[in-house]
Amino acid sequence: MSLIDEKDQVRTEEMLLNVGPQHPSTHGVFRLVVKISGETIIDAEPVIGYLHRGTEKLAEDLQYTQIIPYTDRLDYLAAMLNNYALCHTVEEALGLEIPERAEYLRVIAMELNRIASHLLFIGTYLLDLGAMSPFLYVFAERERIIQLFNELCGARLTYNYMRIGGVKWDAPPGWLDKVRAFVPHMREQLKMYDDLITGNEIFLNRVRGIGVYDTETALAYGMSGINLRSTGFDWDLRRKKPYSIYDRFDFEIPVGKNGDCFDRYYLHLLEMRESLKIVEQALDQIPESGPVLGKVPKLIRVPAGEYYSGIEGARGELGFYIVSDGKDKPYRMKIRKPSFLNLQLLPKLLRGQNMANLIAILGAVDIVLGEVDA
Amino acid sequence: MWHWEANPLNGPAVLGMVIGGVVILILTLLVVMYSIYWQRKLIGWIQWRIGPNRVGPFGLLQTAADVIKLLIKEDVVPEKADRAMFLLAPIIAFVPAFTVLAAIPFSAHHVFTANISIGALFYVALSAITIHGVMLGAWASNNKYSLIGGMRSAAQLISYEIPLGLSIVGVVLMAGSINLNDIVEAQAKSGLWYVIPQILGFIVFMIASTAELSRTPFDLPEAESELVAGYHTEYSGFRFAFFMLTEYVYLFAMAGLFATLYLGGWSGPLLPGWLWFAIKAFLYISFQFWLQATMPRMRVDQLMSFSWKVLLPLALVNIVITAVVKAFV
Repeated sequence: MSLIDEKDQVRTEEMLLNVGPQHPSTHGVFRLVVKISGETIIDAEPVIGYLHRGTEKLAEDLQYTQIIPYTDRLDYLAAMLNNYALCHTVEEALGLEIPERAEYLRVIAMELNRIASHLLFIGTYLLDLGAMSPFLYVFAERERIIQLFNELCGARLTYNYMRIGGVKWDAPPGWLDKVRAFVPHMREQLKMYDDLITGNEIFLNRVRGIGVYDTETALAYGMSGINLRSTGFDWDLRRKKPYSIYDRFDFEIPVGKNGDCFDRYYLHLLEMRESLKIVEQALDQIPESGPVLGKVPKLIRVPAGEYYSGIEGARGELGFYIVSDGKDKPYRMKIRKPSFLNLQLLPKLLRGQNMANLIAILGAVDIVLGEVDA
Repeated sequence: MWHWEANPLNGPAVLGMVIGGVVILILTLLVVMYSIYWQRKLIGWIQWRIGPNRVGPFGLLQTAADVIKLLIKEDVVPEKADRAMFLLAPIIAFVPAFTVLAAIPFSAHHVFTANISIGALFYVALSAITIHGVMLGAWASNNKYSLIGGMRSAAQLISYEIPLGLSIVGVVLMAGSINLNDIVEAQAKSGLWYVIPQILGFIVFMIASTAELSRTPFDLPEAESELVAGYHTEYSGFRFAFFMLTEYVYLFAMAGLFATLYLGGWSGPLLPGWLWFAIKAFLYISFQFWLQATMPRMRVDQLMSFSWKVLLPLALVNIVITAVVKAFV
């Protein structure tokens, strides 16, 4: 093989590079087959399914309450939100009344979980971009939230806390005070992250104007959550289709402008602030005592029909679509997985970029493989 | 003062060389061992962690334990690798790293190191050889990540060598000598460390040397989030240790060069020369670790354009200013 081709030029070759399934920045077992020329990406093809457990199929053989622990394993960084999304769909179908205290406990748990999930995004994203310290800082804060959850439901990641009609346990004595103490602390930490990261020129150069797409593209690809809001489209189900008791809280929906990686990073930071606001208000409003589990039949039979309800998950619209034939098990359950849908645009975004941007773009999509593969 | 070149190559001279080499090697290994320990401790503190504290008192033997671990690991050579080159590369990378230490004046007496009349040039010229080791190792590994890492290393090291060399020229002009010992003496005599008159060159030197050492924010060659481990992806055990050793010996050497060129080397009041040298080198090394804990990584194209479009003109401006001031003032 000659290194010089007919036109007297140095012969170059395209290279097929497997990023993953075991690669430090694919955040789980995700594989990306990239065709590169030098450091420029010509084509990219995501390969998923390494973590597929057939949750949807398994659900067909489970009673509704039994499905809840399976949802913990979807987006394992935001299990509370998954729990709630399923319970909410079933509750809607049954038309259940949820006790006040349970609703507040759910909101507090969900928003804390959203913060924990966003924290991890910021940590891993910065780690992908080469900054080591933020990763450890966010883990320290996330640990506090996880400790709170541990006290609440005895688990650090797979909570199995929500039940159809309420929550499994009331908050242990003093738990709400601990949450109250956590809020101002977290606020201070957020300010520190802002100072440390957002103003860093090297970081800005890595993420500004990278991975840009517009609202139409995002909508066409079914994107939701921060990936959609970063393009400037104001869409948050907590506001647009209020569920639970979100209409009682005063909070804002941060919206981006440019639809680039920086906006996606910054919205995560801003959303944590809003979540803290919600937690604070929920703590003020929560009834002193009361039942935490409504009147629910022993065996839950969802009336025959088709039901869908979506909530604003940590990564976008998280929905459960249940087809019931009137039995105690769903006939078919389909999960609208935001990570999976957000991932679809990736090949298009990566074409023409260089290798270093691959990491910046992939990281900003914020996928959790447990959810993508389900 | 000891001059190797003034002495005939007889028995005692060779013996002196061997003893000198061994002593420097031991000293260097100790410095590297405790730089790594200090790196882990300092970054640990910055990151709200404790750092190593299990092996030996205060974890002081942690690095020794790590080295032993690397030593007893299986020596893996990938089947499809170019075996000869794969084995040779770590040595090619390491030897110049160790050799440049000969030119660094650790103290006024220059006991174990050579007082080379072209010290600064010697450093820049020899350190460039390491690129060959890195490049060969990357290519011989027959791994795509290694290859990309190696290409990046080569591009980066070559690009940043130029501003680094040019920033040194400013100091050389001021001192009127390329001999590192003379540079220190010139600073001691004028009572002014070159960090002040050469502030522009100093900034260029700090940035370029960070890039030369492939440390954050210029640690692209081994950007683990993109390239797994860059050029040493396929290396394990002691060969991997050699690459790591190269990196830390260079850190020490660069710290020595920094102290010599800009902070007056071993000169300083009260304390003995070697201690002054150690303090100044320690400052540089700690600064590098601090950067590592704080900065994200630059992108490869930004890195290149920064070197050629920002650092190189700055270094040239520095030379012109120095020359003009030297000639007319």
